[in-house]
Amino acid sequence: QKYPLYIRSIPTENELKFHYAVHTSLDVGKEFVDQRERYLGLLYPTEDYKVYGYVTNSRVKFVIVVDSSNTELQDNEICSMFRKLHNSYTDVMCNPFYNPDDPIHSK
Amino acid sequence: MSPTQWDLPPELCCRPMAFVALTGLDMVYNAIHRAIWDAFCANRRADRVPISFKVLPGDHEYPKCRTKRTSYEWYIPKGILKTGWMNKHLNLVPALVVVFYELDWDEAQWKEKQSECATKVEIVRTSLQGRNTKVAVVLIQKKTPLPPGEDLIASERAAALCNACDLSGKSLFVLPHTDHLVGYIIRLENAFYEHAQTYYYTELRRVKSHKEFLNKTTHQLLFVRHQFKIAFFSELKQDTQNALKYYRTAYNLVHELRAHETNMLEIKNMAGFINYKICRLCFQHNTPLDAIAQFRKHIDLCKKKIGSAELAFEHAAWMSKQFQSFGDLFDEAIKLGLTAIQTQNPGFYYQQAAYYAQERKQQANQLCYHDLSINYPNPDPLETAAGSLDFYGQRPWRQGHQSIDPPDPEKEKGGILALQRKERDVLHSELIIALLSNAVAQFKKYKCPRMKSHLMVQMGEEYYHAKDYTKALKLLDYVMCDYRTERWWTLLTSILTTALKCSYLMGQVKDYITYSLELIGRASTLREDQKSRIEKNVIKVLMNECPDPEPDCDSSAVKAAQSLWTDRVSLAGSNDFTIEVQDYIPFVQCKAKFLYPSFHVDIPVQLHVYLKTDCPHPIRFSKLCVSFNNQEYNQYCVVEEPCQSTHILEPSAQGNMCLVPRKTRKYTFKFVARTEDVGKKIEITAVDLMLGSENGRCVLINWRGAGGDAASSQEALQATRSFKRRPRLTENEVDWDTVSIQANTMVISRVPRISVQIHHEPPALTNEMYWMVVSIQSQEDTVAKDVKLTAGLKPGQDANLTQTTYVTLNGSEMCDDSHPALLPDISIGELQPGQKVEKSLYVRCGTTGTRIFLVHVSYAVDTTVEDKEIVCKCHKDETVNIETIVPFDVAVKFVSSKFEHLDRVYVDIPFLLMTDILSASPWPLNLVSSELQLAPSMAAVDQLDSQVEQVVLQTGESASECFCLTCPPVASGANGVASGLYVLSWKRKSSRENVPVVSTVITLPHVVVETIPLYVHADLPSFGRVRESLPVKYHIQNRTGLVQDVEMSVEPSDAFMFSGLKQVRLRILPGTKQEMLYNFYPLMAGYQNLPSLTINLLRFPGFTSQLLRRFLPTRIFVKPQGRQVDDASIAAA
Repeated sequence: QKYPLYIRSIPTENELKFHYAVHTSLDVGKEFVDQRERYLGLLYPTEDYKVYGYVTNSRVKFVIVVDSSNTELQDNEICSMFRKLHNSYTDVMCNPFYNPDDPIHSK
Repeated sequence: MSPTQWDLPPELCCRPMAFVALTGLDMVYNAIHRAIWDAFCANRRADRVPISFKVLPGDHEYPKCRTKRTSYEWYIPKGILKTGWMNKHLNLVPALVVVFYELDWDEAQWKEKQSECATKVEIVRTSLQGRNTKVAVVLIQKKTPLPPGEDLIASERAAALCNACDLSGKSLFVLPHTDHLVGYIIRLENAFYEHAQTYYYTELRRVKSHKEFLNKTTHQLLFVRHQFKIAFFSELKQDTQNALKYYRTAYNLVHELRAHETNMLEIKNMAGFINYKICRLCFQHNTPLDAIAQFRKHIDLCKKKIGSAELAFEHAAWMSKQFQSFGDLFDEAIKLGLTAIQTQNPGFYYQQAAYYAQERKQQANQLCYHDLSINYPNPDPLETAAGSLDFYGQRPWRQGHQSIDPPDPEKEKGGILALQRKERDVLHSELIIALLSNAVAQFKKYKCPRMKSHLMVQMGEEYYHAKDYTKALKLLDYVMCDYRTERWWTLLTSILTTALKCSYLMGQVKDYITYSLELIGRASTLREDQKSRIEKNVIKVLMNECPDPEPDCDSSAVKAAQSLWTDRVSLAGSNDFTIEVQDYIPFVQCKAKFLYPSFHVDIPVQLHVYLKTDCPHPIRFSKLCVSFNNQEYNQYCVVEEPCQSTHILEPSAQGNMCLVPRKTRKYTFKFVARTEDVGKKIEITAVDLMLGSENGRCVLINWRGAGGDAASSQEALQATRSFKRRPRLTENEVDWDTVSIQANTMVISRVPRISVQIHHEPPALTNEMYWMVVSIQSQEDTVAKDVKLTAGLKPGQDANLTQTTYVTLNGSEMCDDSHPALLPDISIGELQPGQKVEKSLYVRCGTTGTRIFLVHVSYAVDTTVEDKEIVCKCHKDETVNIETIVPFDVAVKFVSSKFEHLDRVYVDIPFLLMTDILSASPWPLNLVSSELQLAPSMAAVDQLDSQVEQVVLQTGESASECFCLTCPPVASGANGVASGLYVLSWKRKSSRENVPVVSTVITLPHVVVETIPLYVHADLPSFGRVRESLPVKYHIQNRTGLVQDVEMSVEPSDAFMFSGLKQVRLRILPGTKQEMLYNFYPLMAGYQNLPSLTINLLRFPGFTSQLLRRFLPTRIFVKPQGRQVDDASIAAA
């Protein structure tokens, strides 16, 4: 099952569209997941935004959607963003008061 | 659909092929001509040369060739590419015109025919004045031509004809219409193809040669035009590699053009055409990545070239078309064998096309409805004199205009208005839906289920905008459950909201309620005020009133919907709905549980139903009922409170039927199970909750099974993982998460109040009648009726055990095969309270091993449960493991008369049979008697009376018997002869008098029998005395039919002196015996070895005295010499 643990978009307008983008990006993966590499790179092309994926060893997926016109963000930056996210996720999992699979809340 | 402005022209999309015109063929009246034409047209597969043929009359007028420009100096081009150009070269101006003419070489009127032919060629030539089109002549002949050079007339006349027609020899062909027509045709068309290639090559050179006259300032458009033409001619020449190169150059040139608002459309149009050609060729060359890269570049370059802001929808339409045509190309390439992947497939392009189509619609909505008062301009600025445009992508009201500013602002305004008005007629939704469904098909193929769902949502929403609510609902309904199972609540909520609007606008009461139930529930991410509004609407519907319209709906649609709802309200009947909610996430949750997984039949079954709502306001229900697999119980589990429809929001009088948000409410039910259901399961098949009232409108929320919905199992799982402390609750409150569903319970029989005891003395002994006593004592307060005992081997054990176990109540007779292993239903009658009954059972086990015996006592007793009289059947089972062992072991051995072990016996020589009975039983055994039943091959020497009769053996003790037997001569004793049977009759010492004796039969071993030639036995006293003569007589018996020469000697011994023959040789006749007498005189006391007798048989050298020694005593006890007893002393004593 693939359901959102944590999802947030900035800006919040058109939020639904991005939720759909994240949801549809989950289709991609079978061929990626077998790789050892955790950073999956660009998942699929769209005109307006780029969808990047990252998967942990426990098969938790992170998806980042950025504006296509934002050319400053190279693979390196995206990759380090994912690492930060992964670290935060690990912190959440280490919290003894967190139940695995519960939605995550961020302050 | 008719082609729209945005569709690519068909001449652009087709594969260009050389155009060859055939003339002089009479297709209507001449069968031969028809056959020739068919041979050209039929079976044009990939292996034939790419030519498009057309039959034209001989005097056909080809398009006039304009006079060629010699200089471009003052020429200002009016556009990039003329709309007719591609079609002209594909279908109107041939590369080659072929004149067919019937003429044989031996034609009588050769001269006349020749000049007629020349005239025909001339006519064609004239019509093609100024063009480079080739002309060829094909002579249709009746005769097969001779090989070249042999027919002199032919070559002569051919030369003459060429001369007359001004043809080169290469352009004259002969077509004999014989059997091999197709073969000739194929050779002909290959020759035509070569001519056509030359033609297109010349054309290409010609266009290329213009380049030197052009300058960059005024002729920019021509650079593009010429480059496009060169590429197109290359394609006609089938030189696709170069064509691609030229198209790429052309594409770059297009983007070098000075773009401004007035020519933007033309530039984009042309760029789109060239891009299409490039992509098409790249796919054709199997370089799809190049195609994709080109397309991306194209899109990036053109995305921002919107052109006139007032016609922004045009740009979106054009963009949409770009994506769509690329998707089509991609899809076509896949059909021809290209493989696509999940992340790169035509679906993405269709999706993007749909996106731009949506954008087009939005922009059209913004731009085209601003002023409805202005009428469509007259005269129509979109009308042109020719009915079509001269150049691709130009405006009809200012064709050929190439300067930056429009020539006439007024006209420009009118044109834009006309276009905007036209755009209003476009069925945008239809376009969007078609593109989306294309994309859906692709994503389905490439296994992207979520993308597919997303697109289907979009389709549904588009249908909603197009006011086709039925289709919209169908699509949304279809994908909803995917989002529900994947628990994307935000997305689900958005879909539900649209679905709710659809159902409202259609006046679909049931759907309206179903979606509302979910939207006010816990899965919905709507704000509390939105939920509150929806809940109020639901309540209105339940009270048979019209709900308030959903927000953001089209006002005219709302009006129509309101009248629909009014009709619904006034309409009587069809006001009951059942909504099955286990696949939804409704605002009310239900969990039903039996208190225990099983109930004794004399205890009432207890059942709790828990309900909890998540909606913003408290809600009342009118009925709660539970259904079971046995419907008879349904009547006991109903809560009902008929209420007035107006009271739906008011708290109920009992406060019982009102569900307060987020409070768990418990309903308790109790009923007595039927005695017939003992051993069966009672299962909750459904829980129904009725909202509204039966006289108004009522909705039955139905949970299949014992509650739970699409989300509850996951929630339950999370709850079990949760560390959170349960909230402190008051006595009557229950924490929802702690309740777990228990959908079924077992009705089990009443606990028996009876004691069953088994007395017996294990282990059982093989084949004995093993005695067991079952004692049953009632502890009931009333009479136990119909007491029945079932006893015996517990079913389900090894089949061997069943076959070797017999049970009986009668201990006085041995039981046999006719007795069962299990005695069922032995009637015992009634048992008064406290009464005790004992029953004896006898079990015979034929084999050893452990058996499980079952004692099952059943009875019926009357009891009262909840003031209900019921007859309860009770039963009690006792099992006991009994091991069966062998009572004793019997060992049998053969010994000689000297008790020496014998491995064989000798004919007519007596030997002893000894039996050893060793008790293995832990209980004393009484050996009643024993009997030896000899086989015919054995004979008894004396009586065979039992020597162990009435002997009692304790554990480990043994008893022996000894029988003296001989063996009469037998034919084949070497293989062993049967000795007979040994029968032991026994019983347990403790067993009752009347219990039958068990006979155990032991088969005695076979024994090897041998004959010996000579038998010796000695007669001697049982003891000797020192210095007293001891007479010994040896009997030597000849057992053969021969006279035996015997050599006999006696070895001296220290302990004896003896008299008699020390060494003798004698002869014994057959069957007789010789006696030898010796007097031994013992010298020492004690056990002394006798002087040994040695016998040699001269006739039987193998016979040794060793064998004989077995029959002869070797030692004797010699008593010391007695003291001379004084007679006097005796007398004195």
